[in-house]
Amino acid sequence: MAVRTTELVIIGAGPAGICAALEAASHGVKTTLVDRGEELGGQLIKQTHKFFGWHKKSAGTRGVLIAKKLAEEVLNNENITLLNSTEALGYYDDGTLLVETPRGIDRVLGDRLIVATGASERMLLFPGNDLPGVYGAGAVQTLMNVHGVRPGDSVLMIGSGNIGLIVSYQLLQAGVRVAAVVEAMPTIGGYAVHASKIRRLGVPIMTRHTIKEAYGKEQVEGAVIWELDENWNGIPGTEKDLEVDVVCLAIGLTPLAELLWQCGAEMAYIPELGGFVPLYDETMETTRKGVFVAGDVAGIEEASTAMAAGRMAGLSAARSLGKVSDLDYSRLRNEIAGELEGLRSGPASAKILSGIAKMRAMLQSVKEAAAVSEAEPANQPANQPADQPANRPAKQAASEPAKEGDLAEAGARDSEAQGNNGSKSEEAVGA
Amino acid sequence: METGRSSCKTRIEDHPILDFPARKEVTFTWEGQELRGYEGEPIAAALHAAGIKVLHTSHKSKRPRGFFCAIGNCSSCLVVVNGVPNVRACTEKLREGMRVQRQEGTGPAPRSRE
Amino acid sequence: MSTLVTTGVPSAQDIAGVTPPEERRARGPYATIECFQPIPCDPCHHSCRFGAIQEFEDINDIPKMDWSKCTGCALCVAACPGLAIFVVDETYSETECLIAMPYEFVPLPEKGQPVKLTDRAGIVVADGIVQRVVAGRKPAGTPVVWVSAPKRLATVVRGFILRKEG
Repeated sequence: MAVRTTELVIIGAGPAGICAALEAASHGVKTTLVDRGEELGGQLIKQTHKFFGWHKKSAGTRGVLIAKKLAEEVLNNENITLLNSTEALGYYDDGTLLVETPRGIDRVLGDRLIVATGASERMLLFPGNDLPGVYGAGAVQTLMNVHGVRPGDSVLMIGSGNIGLIVSYQLLQAGVRVAAVVEAMPTIGGYAVHASKIRRLGVPIMTRHTIKEAYGKEQVEGAVIWELDENWNGIPGTEKDLEVDVVCLAIGLTPLAELLWQCGAEMAYIPELGGFVPLYDETMETTRKGVFVAGDVAGIEEASTAMAAGRMAGLSAARSLGKVSDLDYSRLRNEIAGELEGLRSGPASAKILSGIAKMRAMLQSVKEAAAVSEAEPANQPANQPADQPANRPAKQAASEPAKEGDLAEAGARDSEAQGNNGSKSEEAVGA
Repeated sequence: METGRSSCKTRIEDHPILDFPARKEVTFTWEGQELRGYEGEPIAAALHAAGIKVLHTSHKSKRPRGFFCAIGNCSSCLVVVNGVPNVRACTEKLREGMRVQRQEGTGPAPRSRE
Repeated sequence: MSTLVTTGVPSAQDIAGVTPPEERRARGPYATIECFQPIPCDPCHHSCRFGAIQEFEDINDIPKMDWSKCTGCALCVAACPGLAIFVVDETYSETECLIAMPYEFVPLPEKGQPVKLTDRAGIVVADGIVQRVVAGRKPAGTPVVWVSAPKRLATVVRGFILRKEG
């Protein structure tokens, strides 16, 4: 077992992890970047659309090209050691990160850790949801945009958030028919420009609709959708049978936070942030000292904010290692905070902001509780040592178990209402 | 070994944004049947391109399973490769001569390495 | 609630708000920006060489046009990440207008090719002809296709299909 020592370990080489690495490395921090994939860039490597954001940042650039540029910067950076095709297995109390490389299991000893592991896709309950042909939206993107394989001939998209809308567009670009996008909510979840883009290509977006079942002998041969009433129940008689061979689930993401649970960071269930998330402060540090987070694992958002939050985590880690002067730190911190604020200032970010506010309030009460126990150690003999209050946090901050929460959220959130259902649009997909 | 593109219609030949460079073609078997795919692509991609979506059957009710996440998260795509069970078809790279089989439930107990 | 958020198709009112006044429409090509929601995005402003898309105070601002400065060059059509900008020239001929649209599909049409023109819901509304194709540089760029359409449909046509209605 090889032992690698480094100043900073970052798990996840998506937009957040890479930007964290580049920021930390720019301050001279010896950084080890771990990713289970071979290619750098996380989910960016399958994003063919142009990003929003600032012109002076990456706006107007396709995700695949942002990934390429970021990967080049990482590979050319002397302070960054890349461990790709390497899975992080666990983070121990002594600061050991155990990783599985293609050659075997190694220990990585870092002074600081940034967890930027991203998210995983939610599942939705309906009969036939386990049939081959029911795929996550990310899987569809991976198959067609990374490996060049069409997922099928005709797709039913579940969910009209930005992912559902964007993947629908990408399916059309790959020459796959999109029979419909269904959305349980009364309004479209994603940006209107994404919705209008696929509407112009004849894809019906049906709000207040969801999938009733997927059917097929061994794999998806069709799916039935129906309209929902105000209590989210399907309305009998509104069923429509769609001839599709793929049902694509784009009903949202949930943070991939197992390592944070495992390493003892305080977690909380915050639906606005996508599920269980770590409690973290403005510097992106969790309640486990020296462990920072960035990107979707800290709350589901999108790549532009993940990049900025990654920089913030990288800067904070570098700062805590004593590598950044006060002057530089406050300048950079203000710059990044301003960028995040701008990205989150639109109405679409209201949910995220309320989630972050909720999370910060919980963090505050955890800190206050820790301060009390520190002040009165004699009263609470069973508590953790007063000198490291953050190291052994209470396991459960939330009242709701993860699975129930996820299902409730998923049930309430997947599709839409009322669209022009299909009528003449089948032929409109160009080419 | 020839290098080129498969003629299968599930392969994207022409894309407005992306280019899929020609890769080396390899031969492998699925349930004993000889198939071709590209070296280094995930087994699941090669199988999907060949029209094969059912990769696994569930432990209890023996229901068919395919991939779901395609990035190694969900273990819905487990197959037996060269006699070794529980290989994730969505992340394991295709190699010349691989023997890939549909995994029934837990799959066979692993034999000594071949 | 606008149909925009229930169906993805902007309402007549939405469209009226991004269409220049009659006298400007009669004077030559103009850009129309069908971006109705505040989202953090500003490349359109930076793509305009004539200052017609006004500077953003906030990154979430909805783009504001100064049509007196717009030349209808269509640089913004290729630059908009949301593919939400079109250029319309209602002075093209007595009976026809010219509409520039982003088109990220294969194959790209060729000049002179007849197409079926579609509205914002993808419904075929008329026949048209491709008049000009500006192929973007792959993979970064977005091709822009100019089609001629019946003049009465200048504010209706926002897409086209190559395939015949079948």
